[in-house]
Amino acid sequence: MIVIKELSKIYKAKTGHVIGVDKVNLEVHKGEIYGIVGYSGAGKSSLIRCMNILERPTSGKVIVDGVDLLRLSPKGLRKARQSMGMIFQGFYLASAKTVFDNVAFALKAAGIPTEKRKKRVLELLKLVGLADKAEQYPAQLSGGQKQRVSIARALANNPKVLLCDEATSALDPSTTKSILALLKKINHELGITIVLITHEMEVVKEICDRCAVMQDGKIIEQGATYEIFSNPKEDLTKQFIDTVLNFDLPKQLLEQCKGMILQLQFRGDLASDPIVSDMLQAHKVSANILHGKVEYIKEKPLGIFIMELLGDLDEMERARRYVEERLQQVEVIQHAR
Amino acid sequence: MLDRIIEILPELNVAFYETLIMVGIGLLVALIIGLPVGILLFVTERGLFWQNRVAKTILGVIVNLIRSIPFIILLVFLLPFTDFLVGTTTGAIAASVSLSVAAIPFYARIVESAAREIDKGVIEAAIAVGASPWLIIKDIILPETKPGLISGLTITAISLIGYSAMAGTIGGGGIGDLAIRYGYYRYDDTVMFTTVIVLIVLVQFIQYLGDFIAKTVNKR
Repeated sequence: MIVIKELSKIYKAKTGHVIGVDKVNLEVHKGEIYGIVGYSGAGKSSLIRCMNILERPTSGKVIVDGVDLLRLSPKGLRKARQSMGMIFQGFYLASAKTVFDNVAFALKAAGIPTEKRKKRVLELLKLVGLADKAEQYPAQLSGGQKQRVSIARALANNPKVLLCDEATSALDPSTTKSILALLKKINHELGITIVLITHEMEVVKEICDRCAVMQDGKIIEQGATYEIFSNPKEDLTKQFIDTVLNFDLPKQLLEQCKGMILQLQFRGDLASDPIVSDMLQAHKVSANILHGKVEYIKEKPLGIFIMELLGDLDEMERARRYVEERLQQVEVIQHAR
Repeated sequence: MLDRIIEILPELNVAFYETLIMVGIGLLVALIIGLPVGILLFVTERGLFWQNRVAKTILGVIVNLIRSIPFIILLVFLLPFTDFLVGTTTGAIAASVSLSVAAIPFYARIVESAAREIDKGVIEAAIAVGASPWLIIKDIILPETKPGLISGLTITAISLIGYSAMAGTIGGGGIGDLAIRYGYYRYDDTVMFTTVIVLIVLVQFIQYLGDFIAKTVNKR
């Protein structure tokens, strides 16, 4: 759906050049939700803004639905933008327009005649759950409601793609959840491809099919969200994942433990196998669970348990190997003393 | 004293009417020409859709040029132009020519700074839905700056009242002219105070009206 080729964006600054996006290659498939994570300044915002040419890339290609956007005339580009909605962290609604008129503006931009606009606007407001707010002004709405209006505006012309520039970063956690649920619904029911950028791994965990991690203008890691979560390669990726799957044990507790401390990670398909109980039955060791958590990533469970094994040294080692054969991810946090 | 005021009343009436004509024409021209110039100054700015450094600089220099000439000089300087345009250099209509010329850049700058108050993101969001520049100006920039445009018009109107008094000195008519002729040349304090009071009331009224309308249209 979206193909980005060797895309670079270089900004002129007083002290030479600043590289915003550095030769990024990326492909977003039709119908998926693709997330781009990174800290601020990583270039993710520049990248998403290049996808509908709000910023003109310095070099590279942006191909959306087979059309090379950089080759279009201004008029052609406007037409292409109508099939790509965009929502922002700051909502950016026109304060002098009612909710209705804000949404109608997008239809007006596409040249839809007045009579047809009304029906479509009401349809959209119903979709985002704001049918009763049509005559209100943005100043009278909450942040979540404003974002819903901007989603309605972005969807007005039946776009194929929805670009979300930190769309939930200004919202509180429960509002974030409801907006993400709405995005998921839009993706499922309308089949709209969604690209979102965020600094919150929680958002990626919740809705992204695939994701990429960005640092210094480059994409350093990308893949299916579940793979990234269960098997991160880069340090930065691990850092991001730690914000969701945080397993820091208190130092005191570690000092008190005499046995071997293992961290086991169960992937979705293995979560139902009784591996730990099998291990305990087959070996002369006992186990203490120190920490445990099951996270659902795009509805697939990822379980992480930290346990202390107690018993004979060799027997513990055999037990470790036993689980290691059955689980991909087994990490020794502390050896037995 | 009251007799004197009654005596002057017909003349005051005419003068008041002349002032309204001068300020009214000045405002109208400010709206018709100053508003587009102000919008043009804004949209040719860096990072906006009609980004154009050359146009912006030329326009900016012209605006600054007119604004830096003291009004009384501008008045004299424009006499030939006024004569060419309306066929006379005296009277309210003639005075409106230079008032209008002064009002255009004055209002243009106010419009420009009012437009700068718009969050750039709102314009960006409009670009992202594929709106044309013209539609963005008409449907986003103008409505969003409406409160600023109205209070700017108020400021322009009040400045024009002040300028119109200067125009009076070279035969432009109006309340200011009356005040100078009777109050300054003939030491007629009653007339001078009366005209000053009329001017104060007029300015207060315009300010009040402007604030009221600006407040009504503000949806922020």
